[in-house]
Amino acid sequence: MENILARVKKGQFWQAPGGIHPPTRKVQTNSKHIATLPLAEHYYVPVKQHIGDGGDIIVNVGDKVLGGQAMSRSLSPLSVPVHAPTSGKIVEICQHISAHPSQLPTTTIKIQADGKDKQQPLTDLGDWQQCLPNAILHRIGEAGISGLGGAGFPTQVKLSGDGDLEFLIINAVECEPYITADDLLIQEKAEQILEGIDILAKLLAPQHILIGIENDKPIATSTLRAVTAKRSDITVCEIPTLYPSGGEKQLIQILTGREVPHQGLPRDIGIVMHNVGTVFAIQQAVCENKPLIERVVTLTGDALTSPQNVWAKIGTPVAHALAFAGYTPTAPKRLIMGGPMMGFALSSEDVPIVKITNCILAPSFAELPESGPEMPCIRCGACADACPASLLPQQLLWYSQAADHDKLKDYNIFDCIECGVCSAVCPSNIPLVNYYRIAKADIRETELEAQKAEQARLRFEARQERLEREKLARQEKHRLAAAAREKAMSERDKNANKDAVAAALERVKKNKQGADESVNDSKSRAQAAIARAKAKQQAQKTEVEPDNSAVIIEREKRKQLARERKAKKSQSDDSQSLGNENTDSSAVTADTKKAAVAAAIARAKAKKAAVTAPNLDSDTESPASSTLKSEANSRTDSAPSIPNSESKSATSTDKQAKIAAAIARAKAKKQLDEEQASKDSEDLPANKVEAETDKKAKVSAAIAKAKARKAAEQRTNSEQEQALQDQAEQKKAKVAAAIARAKAKKLEQQDPN
Amino acid sequence: MAFKIASSPHLIQHQSTTKMMTTVMLATTLGLAAQTILFGWGTIIQVLLAMVTAVICEAVIVQLRGRDPLFALRDCSAILTALLLALSIPPLAPWWIIVIGTAFSIIVAKQLYGGLGFNPFNPAMVGYVLLLISFPLEMTSWLPPLSLQVQPVTLTDCIYVIFTQFSEHGFSLGQLRATIDGATMATPLDALKTNATLGLTVSEITQMPIFAEFAGVGWLWVNLGYLVGGLYLIKQRIIGWQIPGCFLATLSLLSLIAFLAAPDNQPSPIMHLFSGATMLGAFFILTDPVSASTTVKGRLIYGALIGALVFIIRTYGGYPDAVAFAVLIANMTVPLIDYYTRPQTYGHKGGR
Repeated sequence: MENILARVKKGQFWQAPGGIHPPTRKVQTNSKHIATLPLAEHYYVPVKQHIGDGGDIIVNVGDKVLGGQAMSRSLSPLSVPVHAPTSGKIVEICQHISAHPSQLPTTTIKIQADGKDKQQPLTDLGDWQQCLPNAILHRIGEAGISGLGGAGFPTQVKLSGDGDLEFLIINAVECEPYITADDLLIQEKAEQILEGIDILAKLLAPQHILIGIENDKPIATSTLRAVTAKRSDITVCEIPTLYPSGGEKQLIQILTGREVPHQGLPRDIGIVMHNVGTVFAIQQAVCENKPLIERVVTLTGDALTSPQNVWAKIGTPVAHALAFAGYTPTAPKRLIMGGPMMGFALSSEDVPIVKITNCILAPSFAELPESGPEMPCIRCGACADACPASLLPQQLLWYSQAADHDKLKDYNIFDCIECGVCSAVCPSNIPLVNYYRIAKADIRETELEAQKAEQARLRFEARQERLEREKLARQEKHRLAAAAREKAMSERDKNANKDAVAAALERVKKNKQGADESVNDSKSRAQAAIARAKAKQQAQKTEVEPDNSAVIIEREKRKQLARERKAKKSQSDDSQSLGNENTDSSAVTADTKKAAVAAAIARAKAKKAAVTAPNLDSDTESPASSTLKSEANSRTDSAPSIPNSESKSATSTDKQAKIAAAIARAKAKKQLDEEQASKDSEDLPANKVEAETDKKAKVSAAIAKAKARKAAEQRTNSEQEQALQDQAEQKKAKVAAAIARAKAKKLEQQDPN
Repeated sequence: MAFKIASSPHLIQHQSTTKMMTTVMLATTLGLAAQTILFGWGTIIQVLLAMVTAVICEAVIVQLRGRDPLFALRDCSAILTALLLALSIPPLAPWWIIVIGTAFSIIVAKQLYGGLGFNPFNPAMVGYVLLLISFPLEMTSWLPPLSLQVQPVTLTDCIYVIFTQFSEHGFSLGQLRATIDGATMATPLDALKTNATLGLTVSEITQMPIFAEFAGVGWLWVNLGYLVGGLYLIKQRIIGWQIPGCFLATLSLLSLIAFLAAPDNQPSPIMHLFSGATMLGAFFILTDPVSASTTVKGRLIYGALIGALVFIIRTYGGYPDAVAFAVLIANMTVPLIDYYTRPQTYGHKGGR
């Protein structure tokens, strides 16, 4: 602190890196008195003219307002109100082109001036020296003061805050070429500025006050020196002219040798800086009760016949100000709001002058020639030499073009102050700053998106977790319910099943009694049909409700048990029925293809037997045994046994035998077809389940098969007649099957419950 | 009336790339003049040949890359490369030497990497090294200075030799190179290297006629010419002082130490500084911005590195001169140097 003061008082300053010496071109305006713009017809006052939030509009279309009347209300410390620049009527609250590089429309209050310019001052504060700091702060906020230097930061935020303050720096550097607004303001209003500084000093209590001013403003400097001559706490620092010394960070470095830490504020190193224009506005608000409704604007450039500084009301359209300065445009028009280094080109003359507008530049083409076409970067390093932030612009360009965000951040792109010196010195005409602006926006957007994506991911994961939890809970509930249902069902099912089986058996028995002995065979077929029907039901069930496999298996087991029971019963009644039953059940597990082949073989054998029958006198044993063999192989039921009986009949008469054989063949074929079809479509899916779950059935089937073989040997005689009666029996069997199916269906309907 | 919209800054204040390149070319004038006066017209013919080749190659390849050849040629970087390469080769080298070298420089070393600004290696030096390795005889057949020539070489002779390998009167390049005492002429650095390997001391070697002046006949003046041109470039802010300054300082320091340690085996620092391609390299070749380091500290390191490499190769390497090799090796280190010599950004005290 002491060192700094000692140096500064001797006029020795620190050297900031980089910087350039553009032509200053200030002489056009720096010796002319500040004029006052005549009233414009309309004023366009944007609600938000500063960094932070816009206020709430408190006026309506059609309202009459007085100059200085607040038109919006600040909602937060980061927002300041706007005031009517003159008396008149609010004709519209609309979206009007903004005084922003984007020129995007912004909410704007349009006032039609009544020409009287009646003012309504703020309430009188009295002697500010007697006021509490809070009252002064409130006044600064209510007067709508935000930084007039460039960024437009709400001033009261910068003034509140605790901690020891070493330096209050007043920025009067004005390093941008052309602009002389601060210069002229100092020349004409030095006393008021000094009072403003005193107000700030009361609020901030700095140990020392520095006023930074470039050495190309001798009149302003001497004026300041004159008014502060008796003040030991204020030092006017005349620094060398170098762009961009007027940047907050650069001026701090030049005057104190300190650097504002990355992402920090000057306050962190004991410094607060205010622009000289802001200081004047504060003095006006506190001492004169005037809100911020006008400011000094430099109107300059070769396209103006009388370039000068003017007092312009906030909201004045640029066209009105230019007309006052004698605007004679040449095509294509070119207007710049701000200085030639950091200002932005305007796309319309309707843009209003706002609180941060310090200059309107209307250059001729010759004075600010366009830069040529962009050429490749030759890495000459001129940009790096000129960069006030000691960045490496050529590397930033490289990574901007590659959109390498990580590298850009690594090379500190966010420390770029966008002063434009790199672009200005680039021999290849590369608009470097523009690349950085785009890259910065890109990075911000990407980060925002990444943030959003991360939020979305978290939300999604939470949802997934919840769904999984709910699913598990549901499954558990279902499992318990199913177990309970199963238990209840198994009780009921057992009884029902028993009844059905008993009824079927009863019927079969009746049938058997009513018919011949050979009815046995048809009975067995009926049973087979029942079994098939059941299997079908099961298959359907399997197909329709695959989830209920456990239930099906359970039921199948029960059925198997029933079947076995039944088989046992019928075995005692009639061994043949047992044989067929078991053959059928075993057929369930058989491969249908194999069965078809075996059937074909059997058919062929039967045919052969029929042919050979007339020549050979009957040898019942050999065809029978061959049939049995085929039966054993194929595991089909009665189909192969029919040719067998046919060959048997051949022993009586040739003709009869032939007819019978033909009929039998046809029947066998039909039956085979039927069976095959049914097996294909029904048994197979079911047997899968069955085969897996009940190996025992297979074993018992094998046993039954052996028994059936034996029974078939006994049967051979009686089977002769069977062929003739087949038709009638088949009908019966079908009926039985239908009944069985119906029953099974009924059973099935009960089952789910 | 339409408004002209451009992004800031609106005030531009700079040299153009074209201007920079042409200024560099202009700065070689003194050296080129010295070379022409002392060694004959050959160099001028080589320069013209190289420039024509460069323009044709650049135009063709830029066209093939689907860009505007006229726009690419406008930066004058191709003809600057051609000029530097032509200044580096023996004046009476056959015409195809410079054509091959220039074509390789422009097509492979520059355009195949993406054109101006994207080549990691100095194109002229890539071409030079290609030629030196592929055609060592042609690339070391330097003429003696005019004052030592038995057969005076006229402009017509130069043209004849370059395009037909024989002078107007039927002398071969070998015969033209013979000095009064019948020995084939070499450059001072070459003579030094060759004779040092034969066991002669430096003081004995420098008794030879080629060393009549203190850095070798003619070479002193050529190097002085480039030194003046280089200082002009620094004054014009076309190049920084860091690279040439550090390069020359390192080379002087190392050669001085060596010379003091073993004056019989080592040439003097003056010999190092004013012989061979030292000055041409220092101000015109090392300072190629594209392939050199771009940070301030990096430039110092880069210059010092090349200085050390030149000294090492000249003293211990197989080649009499070393600027081309040293530059290419240093080019390789540039990304690393740049990465580790980044300046501290404002507000990053105690960190980057």
